[in-house]
Amino acid sequence: MTKLNTTTNISSPDDFYADLIAAHEGLSKAESDAYNARLILLLANHIGERKILTEALEAAKARPSGTD
Amino acid sequence: MSKIFETPLYPYHRSADQDAAAPVRHPVIVIGAGPIGLAAGIDLAQHDVPVVIIDENDKVSWGSRAICYAKRPLEILDRLGCGDEFVDKSVEWQLGKVFFDERKIYEFDLLPEEGHKRPAFINLQQYHFEEYLVHRVQALQAEGKQIEIRGNSRVASIDPRDDHVLVTVDTPEGSYKLEGDWLIACDGATSPARKMLGLDFIGRVFEDNFLIADVIMEADFPTERWFWFDPPFNRDQSALLHKQPDNVWRIDLQLGWNIDKDEEKKPENVIPRLKAMLGEDAKFELEWVSIYTFQCRRMEKFRHGRVLFAGDSAHQVSPFGARGANSGLQDTDNLIWKLKLVLDGVAPESLLDSYDYERILGADENIMNSSRSTDFITPKSEISRIFRDAVLDLAESHEFARPLVNSGRLSVPSVYDGSPLNGNDDPDLPPRTRPGAPVVDAPVGDNWLTDLIGNRFQLVGINTEVPASLDVDGVRVEGMRISSAEDTDGHLQKRYLGAEDQAVYLFRPDQHVAARWFDYSENAVRTAVNTATGRA
Repeated sequence: MTKLNTTTNISSPDDFYADLIAAHEGLSKAESDAYNARLILLLANHIGERKILTEALEAAKARPSGTD
Repeated sequence: MSKIFETPLYPYHRSADQDAAAPVRHPVIVIGAGPIGLAAGIDLAQHDVPVVIIDENDKVSWGSRAICYAKRPLEILDRLGCGDEFVDKSVEWQLGKVFFDERKIYEFDLLPEEGHKRPAFINLQQYHFEEYLVHRVQALQAEGKQIEIRGNSRVASIDPRDDHVLVTVDTPEGSYKLEGDWLIACDGATSPARKMLGLDFIGRVFEDNFLIADVIMEADFPTERWFWFDPPFNRDQSALLHKQPDNVWRIDLQLGWNIDKDEEKKPENVIPRLKAMLGEDAKFELEWVSIYTFQCRRMEKFRHGRVLFAGDSAHQVSPFGARGANSGLQDTDNLIWKLKLVLDGVAPESLLDSYDYERILGADENIMNSSRSTDFITPKSEISRIFRDAVLDLAESHEFARPLVNSGRLSVPSVYDGSPLNGNDDPDLPPRTRPGAPVVDAPVGDNWLTDLIGNRFQLVGINTEVPASLDVDGVRVEGMRISSAEDTDGHLQKRYLGAEDQAVYLFRPDQHVAARWFDYSENAVRTAVNTATGRA
């Protein structure tokens, strides 16, 4: 059974991060929010497996202790 | 020619009960001659239970109201002996179009599953629906069945007693009292019966309003379902266009909760909206305009002693998904055979508690689906709107996003999982037809499975022998053998056998699966019948 992969998985992480931030350049807050929503939906569909999506929904909630 | 909803179909006649010295007792009194009350009455009459239906007017309802009927309710109408008239008159559509803002984002074809007698659903005005049920009542009367609709009669008070219910009925000639062993309240969303008994709703409550219009059009609009999210002519809300028989088009414009109903209904406000929707050149005549207010909620229990609630009186949902009338028909489908067994003294009164279990399960499913549709159509927060708009934007070019678009999930029947009436299962058989599930239709020779079962406990041996009949302590069970070889398309095999060669199914009178096995055993069937009738 596959689990949500939270170990390093993206090759060239700096490039990906730069692409992500660049994608939002010049967008208003509302346009950025809409972009993020479309991105999440596209990625979620690619993953597909409900169990992994549920784990991701949970994992995204967790914040480092003391920041709350 | 006057319209059907202007014609008195069951005018007031003085009943002998009004001149009786003491209140006359009837086995069952039904309040309300809407779709659900009429279906309850017909079902009872088919079971030879005398029934009196009391209705405050004498006509079918005005305006189209509930217009979409799904496959399962059509199968119930077949069991009630009147499915053909509905389907013959109705409109079937295949193609749906979805619009967002000013553009069409995609269209879809329903592609209904093969191997069913009835279509996925039909469109038909509620007034025709009620008219055809009244025809069926009249046919049953002609056969000598004791079914009576008392028009222009209003139930003014309800007095529940230990072993019956006493009601007062107001008529144009004064009031009289009547007793029922049982009372079924099918008196709609505003149910006076519910108020008389001091009962209320629980659960999530939200309110919305719809402007609902029936429009007669000359133009040749295609037979399609058009749904708009946030269109220019109804900003931040939704709109729906649906074809009905007789060139009547149904338009639903969502209005939100904070509106002036009288103002919205005025033709000078309605017509510009319709023109914006249909095009400036569209020639149409407004037949009916109404504001429909709904709340999404249900009663805590549908059975209160000898008073049983069914349909909108017990639960209400948004119109998205056509879950109102459709679920109401499934209520009485579930209730009447149980009531018959209790009236005959072969099942305990507690069997009726399973009506609560099974139909509350159905109501909760409907409320959940209807709430989800409402949240998609009218997002309740900023982020909810952001995701909704993202889904709609993606749906235009990406097929994956289309199943996320929720303009109403069409009513499908509940599977009564966990019901105390469910008996043995063999989990190697297909999950779709497990105990608690409604019959899944399939061709059987020149016939349909749905037409071969119902109104009685029915054993079906697929590729194996079962006895032609069996008496289980007063409950009659009929048996028949069918063969999966006759169905060359393999629907019966796929739906009922899966990888197995044979199976035995026990169906309840409402065509739900009670239990199933690989092989016939009389003892196992007796146990299942006792479980399904609350005698275990």
